[in-house]
Amino acid sequence: MNVGGKTMTDLLAPVLPLFLGAILSGFTRGWLRAVVMMAAPVLGGLGVYQLEPGTLIQAELFGMTLTPVRVDSLSILFGYLFHLAAFIGVIYALHVRDRLQDVAALAYAGSAVGAVFAGDLLTLFIYWELMALTSVALILARRTEQAFGAGMRYLVMQVGSGVLLLAGTIIYASSGAGLSFDYIGLDAPGSWLIFLAFGIKSAFPFLHNWLTDAYPEATPSGTVFLSAFTTKVAVYALARGYAGTEILVYIGALMACFPIFYAVIENDLRRVLAYSMINQVGFMVVGIGIGTELALNGAVAHAFNDVIFKGLLMMSMGAVLHVTGEMRGSELGGLYKKMPKTAVLCMVGAASISAFPLFSGFVSKSMVMSAAVMEGYDWVWLALLFASAGVFHHAGIKIPFFAFFAHDSRFVAEAREAPNNMLIAMTIAAVLCIGIGVYPVFLYDLLPFETGYTPYDTSHVLAQMQLLAFSALAFTWLKLAHIYPPELKSVNLDAEWLYRYVVPDAIQKFMVRLTSVKEQTSRYTQAVLGMAQRGLARHHGEHGLLARTWPTGSMVLWVAVLLGLSLVLYYF
Amino acid sequence: MSEERKYLFDNPRNTRLVVRALVAACVILAGLDLVLHRHGEHPWEGVIGFYSLYGFVACVLLVLLAKEMRKLVMRDEDYYERRGQDDD
Repeated sequence: MNVGGKTMTDLLAPVLPLFLGAILSGFTRGWLRAVVMMAAPVLGGLGVYQLEPGTLIQAELFGMTLTPVRVDSLSILFGYLFHLAAFIGVIYALHVRDRLQDVAALAYAGSAVGAVFAGDLLTLFIYWELMALTSVALILARRTEQAFGAGMRYLVMQVGSGVLLLAGTIIYASSGAGLSFDYIGLDAPGSWLIFLAFGIKSAFPFLHNWLTDAYPEATPSGTVFLSAFTTKVAVYALARGYAGTEILVYIGALMACFPIFYAVIENDLRRVLAYSMINQVGFMVVGIGIGTELALNGAVAHAFNDVIFKGLLMMSMGAVLHVTGEMRGSELGGLYKKMPKTAVLCMVGAASISAFPLFSGFVSKSMVMSAAVMEGYDWVWLALLFASAGVFHHAGIKIPFFAFFAHDSRFVAEAREAPNNMLIAMTIAAVLCIGIGVYPVFLYDLLPFETGYTPYDTSHVLAQMQLLAFSALAFTWLKLAHIYPPELKSVNLDAEWLYRYVVPDAIQKFMVRLTSVKEQTSRYTQAVLGMAQRGLARHHGEHGLLARTWPTGSMVLWVAVLLGLSLVLYYF
Repeated sequence: MSEERKYLFDNPRNTRLVVRALVAACVILAGLDLVLHRHGEHPWEGVIGFYSLYGFVACVLLVLLAKEMRKLVMRDEDYYERRGQDDD
């Protein structure tokens, strides 16, 4: 098939392996399915390796120039990342026998890859919505009532984000800026709509609850895929379109800080990780807002690392969920006895997200922090420092502690180690976390700018070690002094309260009132009709005054009355 | 028998050991401030004990504030599922 002189294969080059894999995984089973599922991200990754930076594949469609494929250092970085994440996720999900999840996961990964290679806003929109549609299947595949509700709310938000993107694109393009997706900024017409669309997917404050609502309701392996793609595509899009937009610095600082309070009191451990994910995206958003080369490098490097270590943490919690069927911190504990490998792998993820030196988080988060100080954002720097201590507290300590240690739960007797494929996937992620932490040049070589940044100097390492050690000391003291809040079966109200409680409640109350109004109206109408009926019966009924006269007679009577009346009026 | 098997932290001595190691690490790390020259990007970074104190205070504040927040935002687990059913 030809579009504007290009074959379909050219236009779909980066996404083809994953999409073909998605289709084939729908028809294969057994070892063939496993081969297809694993080959798709590997071949896709090799395809990214063969792409030449600077390549633009364009096509004319209805008089518009579309750029379905644009290759540069930023898109290549995310291209590798997404194939890597898909590969790890596929191995993690190999034991799952659910075609819906197989197809959805690969198609979702393919859509994310398509989005980061999209060179124009219309192509971006298409992949943006495809991501929404494919990812929701991973939530619905849990097949519970809660998952269905959360999935529907998720879909409304995601599709809504796409609608905003399309509306913004139309206004932006028709103002003469064209369709190509480069720096947009907040001054161009329609740019605020696009900003908001990106903001929803990157979980800006008050727009963030789709994430904390839906991710913990997805299947154990589904959450691993979900945590890798959507928010990172949004971070990529912000970095491409809004680098150096100052408001992002403050939005990001808020995102880094407020979710950690929720993470401390949240009981569902995957929801803790969902809040922690907003906190990590906050660091990236700050980096994008600062907009210097160091800050942007930090933002995308942190996105890269976050996919791996947050994936690792999600996988370890998924393993616990798979084995015990339980995810509430209040019910879990003591599992290190039966799942020691999962526990150790989880702690590698915990050390990475907490940015321990020699783990991956350290080499990327410190770039954003340094950039904040260098550009004079003192308060933001202090906020990020607070968030760094807080992330260690809730993700670094709380997650492993309440799942694997604390008190022995009722699951300890029956629990067993996670399946091998899960352990292999987690091991790959753990090796990457340590590998990037020890040898950051691997990652730095992929970054868009050459900054010569070195994370490992005495000052940085000592500062971070002090921050973390004393955070751990605080946790230990609070725990031993019984000040630390216990895990309780509960939900915590957040911005979603508005659309999950207040508005539905108001609508329900309004409908109840409407029903009573309707009842009153119908009662009143019936009364009026009854009166009219009785009146008619009195005058026109069997013994009614008017019924006694022949109809012609009554007509003549009324004509006489009218004539008389007009005669009277005539004289005045 | 697996039921009689003792695990690492079944022995309270090991738990105490972890806590003591942590306290020792904190003392050493805070002490290094006096020995090592630090070239911070921000003037506060040069203040002795800045990161140690900040880490500790930040976490204690975080937990205490979050505990207070519970009074405001915490609801029963089935809060959203039960919505509207109370009125019926």
